[in-house]
Amino acid sequence: MKKFLALLLAFVMTLALAACGGNDDNQNNNSSAPDGAQGDTQTPGNDQSGDAQTPGGSQPSGDAVTIKIGGIGPLTGDNAQYGTATYWGAEIAVEEINALNGPVRLEFNYQDDTGAADTAVSAYNTLKDWGAQVIYGCTTTTPCVAVASETYADRYFQLTPSASSPEVVNGKDNVFQMCFTDPYLGTAGADYLSENNLGTKYGVIYNNGDAYSTGIAEAFLEEAKAKGMEVVATQTYPDDTTTDYTVQLNACKDAGADVVFLPIYYTPASLILSQAKQMSYAPLFIGGDGMDGMLDMDGFDKSLAEGLLLMTPFSAGAEDERTKSFVEKYQADHGILPNQFAADGYDCMYAIYEACSQIDGLADMDHAQLCDALAALFGGGGFAVDGLTGSGMTWKDTGEISKSPLIFRVENGAYVGA
Amino acid sequence: MKKKLNKNSLNGFINYGIILVVYLVLQFLIGGGMVSNSLQSLLVPACCYVVMAMSLNLTVGILGELSLGHAGFMSLGAFSGIVTSILLQSVLPAVPLRLAVSMAAGALAGGLGGVIVGVPVLRLRGDYLAIVTLAFGQIIKNIIMVLYVGVDGTGLHVALNSDRFILAEDGTTIIKGPMGAVGVTKLASFTAGFVLILITLLVVQNLVNSRAGRAIMALRDNRIAAESVGINVTKYKLMAFVISAALAGAAGALFGLNYSSTVASKFDFNTSILVLVFVVLGGLGSIRGSMIAAALLYVLPELLRSFDIAEYRMLIYAIILILVMLATNNPTLKNFFGSVFKKKKKPASRTSK
Repeated sequence: MKKFLALLLAFVMTLALAACGGNDDNQNNNSSAPDGAQGDTQTPGNDQSGDAQTPGGSQPSGDAVTIKIGGIGPLTGDNAQYGTATYWGAEIAVEEINALNGPVRLEFNYQDDTGAADTAVSAYNTLKDWGAQVIYGCTTTTPCVAVASETYADRYFQLTPSASSPEVVNGKDNVFQMCFTDPYLGTAGADYLSENNLGTKYGVIYNNGDAYSTGIAEAFLEEAKAKGMEVVATQTYPDDTTTDYTVQLNACKDAGADVVFLPIYYTPASLILSQAKQMSYAPLFIGGDGMDGMLDMDGFDKSLAEGLLLMTPFSAGAEDERTKSFVEKYQADHGILPNQFAADGYDCMYAIYEACSQIDGLADMDHAQLCDALAALFGGGGFAVDGLTGSGMTWKDTGEISKSPLIFRVENGAYVGA
Repeated sequence: MKKKLNKNSLNGFINYGIILVVYLVLQFLIGGGMVSNSLQSLLVPACCYVVMAMSLNLTVGILGELSLGHAGFMSLGAFSGIVTSILLQSVLPAVPLRLAVSMAAGALAGGLGGVIVGVPVLRLRGDYLAIVTLAFGQIIKNIIMVLYVGVDGTGLHVALNSDRFILAEDGTTIIKGPMGAVGVTKLASFTAGFVLILITLLVVQNLVNSRAGRAIMALRDNRIAAESVGINVTKYKLMAFVISAALAGAAGALFGLNYSSTVASKFDFNTSILVLVFVVLGGLGSIRGSMIAAALLYVLPELLRSFDIAEYRMLIYAIILILVMLATNNPTLKNFFGSVFKKKKKPASRTSK
């Protein structure tokens, strides 16, 4: 039995190693503010120094204040691709901001949470020890809910690029989202389909083991019912490692669905598209922001995605100056096109930077005061940020963002506004 | 007549001593503010994994059956513990008491799962338990992923579908399908983890040193010989397996009540294997070994964060695991340590090959 055990364990470890292999870039705090700036800067967040300051004695202008941002997301494990994107996107923004020589510098430290709630809490505590003042993350929903209740208790301001469940912000005044909430996207999808009369019978295929996918699908189904849309097939699959979707597709085909809503990530979606083609079933497919990135997959036949509709706040092919320069830098650094996770991460950093620039007496604040000030600013409604994923983005006091999704259609292997 | 302390009970007392000293030192350091936040946050989960490893050792090391779904029992314990704690919120306001009851509920759920799996499977010969527990872990994970549990004025509501899950206005949702349990009040504390480890030690060591324990080990070493002297195979196997599952359930309840959100996918095959790794590296059949291995190996990947090698954290972790496994199986090293600690070599702590 021992031999069998040893073999089994060796096998599992090999698998675990293979899963970690995708992450090759340096990931520690390598984008700190220039040393010269740090020399005469007060470091807030340190309770003692904050208390010792006389009130009202804000730094003279010209001296930059360094804000320590602690990022959390999966850099290893199943969700590493999303965490790495939010890390890289934010990193570019931090470099740009520090190059501006503005009144606020950012120091960035990103910790791996492997996509699990317990590791995320450990990562958060590591960042607390490091002296983080603002928490950026987490990338995925489950760890984010766990960390959000910690930051709420400890009074840290938290901005998540991509944890999209309403649970993340529910009942917490210090947590804000950069992405759409799942129900919002589901409702928007149903509204768009019914307003444009894109189909008569609808099918839905979603991952019922995933909070993101289930959240969108449930909202979609509810809105579809309210709008009187005929949903003929609701199909589920248990996790994103599923490789055969013919059962689900056949159910949609047999029910005569001419529009299939896919609120899922692009890896399973690409399989669904190719298997639908094999069985010569060609309904209109529509997906959410998780679909962004499919066209850049290795070995993906772009013709499969022809005519696909997707709702996403960001397109790497956009023509505006800022997106272009972001895409250029991202490609130069990492060799791939950024997706909406990276863009959301980039926007988060600018949102934190611009909000901090508007706060008086920043240098004297500890993390709790900074949290209250930032939460008041974000939740107040008067604060707006322009970014890659939208312009004039504002937040509700619940922590949800107000921006509208753009609908793109894939034509000739590229996004076209629909 | 003067009774001399035998070797087994001395060994047992050393284990209690280690736990007590570690607990007191850590409490002292925490009181003095000398423990970082990140280490403090690891204490409760480390306690849970220590209990998991010790309980799995009961199945794998002492009983000699392979279980690949130990996380399934942990999951059962976690979610039943969470549900219990929320149901009792108004009845039992005292946190330690509510935590204790929740952990007992977790143990009960884990034990029940153990009975369900054990009764049919432990009657068979061969490695069937490994296959069935593997499936059991997956089944539990997939069921909880679609499970909706909530409570309102009319009582507890359970559904396997969000459409059929209807709560009154004032109701609280406890488990929300793929979202798992959210909005859990954190009840767990390091002291609770310490008490759970002590209870586990007490149960496991007394079982091993009892008549039943000797019967269990006899079954492991030679089933036919044991049967021939009249040992009831199924009864003793079931006893060890159910106790192991119940302890895992209690550990799961503590784990679930340490985080504000818990999902079923946390307790997957990888977690089962992780606990098995702790057991194997700590030494099959060695309670102290699994205790130490679980505590060190759980904390290790988090400690690796603090160095500049953070990007290779998981790689280094895996390499360390492999090295430990090679080192503990190396005959030269074994002989070396054997000659250093010449005195005690318990034959009871080795398994059949």
